[in-house]
Amino acid sequence: MNPTDIKNPDYFHKVVDCQWACPAHTPVPEYIRLIAAGRYSDAYMVNWNSNVFPGVLGRTCDRPCEPACRRSRVEETSKAAQPVAICRLKRVAADNKDKDDVKSRMPSAALVKNGKRVALIGAGPASLTVARDLLPLGYSCVLYDSDPNAGGMMRTQIPKFRLPETVLDEEVNYILALQPELRLGQRVTSMKAILDEGYDAIFVGCGAPRGRELEIPGRKEASANIHIGIDWLSSVSFGHTTAIGKRVIVLGGGNTAMDCCRTSRRLGGDDVKVVVRSGFEEMKASPWEKEDAMHEGIPIHNFLVPKEFLHDNGKLTGVVFEKVKAEYDAKGRRNLVNAGEPDVRMECDDVLVAVGQENSFPWIEKDLGIEFDRWEMPKVSPATMQSTNPKIFFGGDAAFGPKNIIWAVAHGHEAAISIDLHCSGDNVADRPPPLVNLMSQKMGIHEWSYDNDISADKRYKVPHAPPELTLKDVRMEVELGFDVKQAFLEAERCLNCDVQTIFEGPKCIECDACVDICPMDCITFTPNGPEAELRTRLTAPTTHADTQDLYVSEPLKTARVMVKDEDVCLHCGLCAERCPTGAWDMQKFLLNTPKAGCHA
Amino acid sequence: MTYLAKPKFHHPDLPKNALGFTHRDYEGSISTLCAGCGHDSISSAVIQACFELNIEPHRLAKLSGIGCSSKTPDYFLGQSHGFNSVHGRMPSVLTGANLANKEMIYLGVSGDGDSASIGLGQFIHCIRRGVNMLYITENNGVYGLTKGQFSATADRGSKSKAGGTNNDSALDLVGMALQVGATFVARSFSGDKKQVVPLIMAGLSHPGPSFIDIISPCVAFNNHAGSTKSFDYVREHNEAVNRLDFMSPRAPITVEYEPGTVAAVTLHDGSELKLAKLHPDYDPYDRINAMTYMQNRAAAGEVVTGLIYMDPQARDMHAGLNTVDAPLNRLSEKELCPGSAALEKINASLR
Repeated sequence: MNPTDIKNPDYFHKVVDCQWACPAHTPVPEYIRLIAAGRYSDAYMVNWNSNVFPGVLGRTCDRPCEPACRRSRVEETSKAAQPVAICRLKRVAADNKDKDDVKSRMPSAALVKNGKRVALIGAGPASLTVARDLLPLGYSCVLYDSDPNAGGMMRTQIPKFRLPETVLDEEVNYILALQPELRLGQRVTSMKAILDEGYDAIFVGCGAPRGRELEIPGRKEASANIHIGIDWLSSVSFGHTTAIGKRVIVLGGGNTAMDCCRTSRRLGGDDVKVVVRSGFEEMKASPWEKEDAMHEGIPIHNFLVPKEFLHDNGKLTGVVFEKVKAEYDAKGRRNLVNAGEPDVRMECDDVLVAVGQENSFPWIEKDLGIEFDRWEMPKVSPATMQSTNPKIFFGGDAAFGPKNIIWAVAHGHEAAISIDLHCSGDNVADRPPPLVNLMSQKMGIHEWSYDNDISADKRYKVPHAPPELTLKDVRMEVELGFDVKQAFLEAERCLNCDVQTIFEGPKCIECDACVDICPMDCITFTPNGPEAELRTRLTAPTTHADTQDLYVSEPLKTARVMVKDEDVCLHCGLCAERCPTGAWDMQKFLLNTPKAGCHA
Repeated sequence: MTYLAKPKFHHPDLPKNALGFTHRDYEGSISTLCAGCGHDSISSAVIQACFELNIEPHRLAKLSGIGCSSKTPDYFLGQSHGFNSVHGRMPSVLTGANLANKEMIYLGVSGDGDSASIGLGQFIHCIRRGVNMLYITENNGVYGLTKGQFSATADRGSKSKAGGTNNDSALDLVGMALQVGATFVARSFSGDKKQVVPLIMAGLSHPGPSFIDIISPCVAFNNHAGSTKSFDYVREHNEAVNRLDFMSPRAPITVEYEPGTVAAVTLHDGSELKLAKLHPDYDPYDRINAMTYMQNRAAAGEVVTGLIYMDPQARDMHAGLNTVDAPLNRLSEKELCPGSAALEKINASLR
């Protein structure tokens, strides 16, 4: 193998699994250390800079970082192995920060405008991110939304018992303080009209606002008691809907379905059940959301496909389901086929349909140079978020269909960079590089500026408010969040994967001290070879397939090379403590993704 | 030197031996030796060897004297028996322990100060008596704990870190062990674990007096130019006479050898040694030849390593003393004091 090029920012970035997995590439270990140190405002700002809505995301994020977390690969028994509670630690920073301190660190509205005007369609997380990135640079941003308040789906679709309004308002207001022009409460009905206003760029962040229909017999007749999930949730959010029947069936297996069933429980539904086409494991909902629903006494029925709504002269009485089973074809694709069992009939007063969301752009005229694909989605470059009309950019669910808030934020950052490049007359394909810093953490012979004595504790559970209270109030937050003591203990589980092991071959005397001390058997000194073959000669070869990279040195004095498997490294620094010559050093790798204005 | 205990986490795919242990289960407490010390490599080799041999930790006793080397038994086999004796007196304690309970595996760990100076007489007599043990010296040529004075194994003419030259002749522990009847003699280098581990495995399995002299550079006081016990010097002058592969019952190693160069030896417990000759003329079963060869090569400035001598017919002190089959510590008063009738019988037989 060739010696590893550690100057390539991607190399060490990949080692920081959580940050690599985060769409916005939040420097996770950095803020977790700050939380452990009680520096909540600092931790909040690290988050705010990269993901804009720490308080919101600390409650609602889909947490792609957690399945990636090295901790779950390192803990001994795979069954009990659990990642660090990254998402809930983020909330700790938001809950405990000093608001005045944080406010004083926010960017201020630009004193001098640069004369460029940008329209932002939809006031959800994607558009707000674009506004936050562009407003301090002097752009004039105009924020459009049909709702009277900014926040988008964060406000209308996420139930208040998961995300209190105060948390959302605070973080939306940080952006509104930068003074975008607000045109709320009016629906945009024509892209052409927007273009005619002469904007320098337009960003479409209107989400995926249409809930998918379920066209089966009885749908029309019983429609008074059949509701589309996301519409119903936003109606609850605005206070228009305050009650539901006693017996409720929620159709669908995603996070919206989980929000629907839990909201129903709070609005008078005593007998609420979720019915899903697929099996339990394949459900789209996050495991913890399924858990929370079941914890509230909501059963989940799987492998049932809705066949017919039953009604008595237009009054919904129940739903008939076909029982199916999963079969896999030669290519491993799953097909749901009739299980050969009698149909299942469930009685109910109301049905909530949460079987998916769709994009819908009836307001975009077809002659504006915005091309759509055969699924009627706009053709958008994933790197630049630019559509086929160079002035028009898409982000969030509007770009590639329903994802989640953290993706919307990531899209917003990229779109803001593109808009800034576009408005400066630069090529939007020339992306600015990330901001990378690599700094030694050595303080003394066995002293580091990070806590390398990792806790062996198991993951801590976030305390919940008692269900007898939360089930009575649709606005009462269920999760209480970690207190600072629990947060410290959970933060100590973090392995500090951003503190990298840096090897300097010329200093090495090949004494094997690092090999002997490494608790995870990561290090091998061996003759070089092709990767596949070299892997078999490691001190402890990995057996799982999605391997991490090997860190390979230049040839050493004995013509062997140092090979370090990054896979399960604890970043404990013992190799560096044991090294007599300082060939190993622990250096903190801090990567911040570029934001608009970075290239200047 | 570290203040941080080694984390209990281990690699999720670590192999287990026949007892269900990983090599991590054979570790001891965290080493307090200097970072990079050769002794720590030897500790790690002992851990690996015991893991490979499926040794039940309670069946092994580790004994040592005083010095950097003699501290190391604390850093491996934390579940085994141990005795940290007076300076240079480990061989006597080991002999006593072996007399009392011959069923245990005895590992004596010593250094060049502990064995070649204050304990030289003990070292020689212990081997002379043929005690069934593995005696390891972790040989770095200096007194590390007292800041690097030359020890008795330092080569004449070698330079100290402070710049002084050693005018005294070096003691040759390997030569002495050969002369007084060790039936397994080897020399190795802490920086070459592939060589050290099979030698320790073979030495622990050998049912007689085994001795391994392991050159173990002192990174603090004896790893400079002019030293003959530095990493660089030993690597440059290392002449391995053969390569040993110990066919452990756990994971048989299959290595391709040049035809005709490999000799297999089956040991008493069924395990097998494979010896690859690196020097065609060298015969590790000929003691006189081994002694001559070592002298010649030493005069040529080479550091000969590998299996230097082995007598497949190992001798053992208990055979010489004709002790009973049962370990002496298990004999009860009834067997030890058989009564006046038995005494009469013995006295009668001597008349």
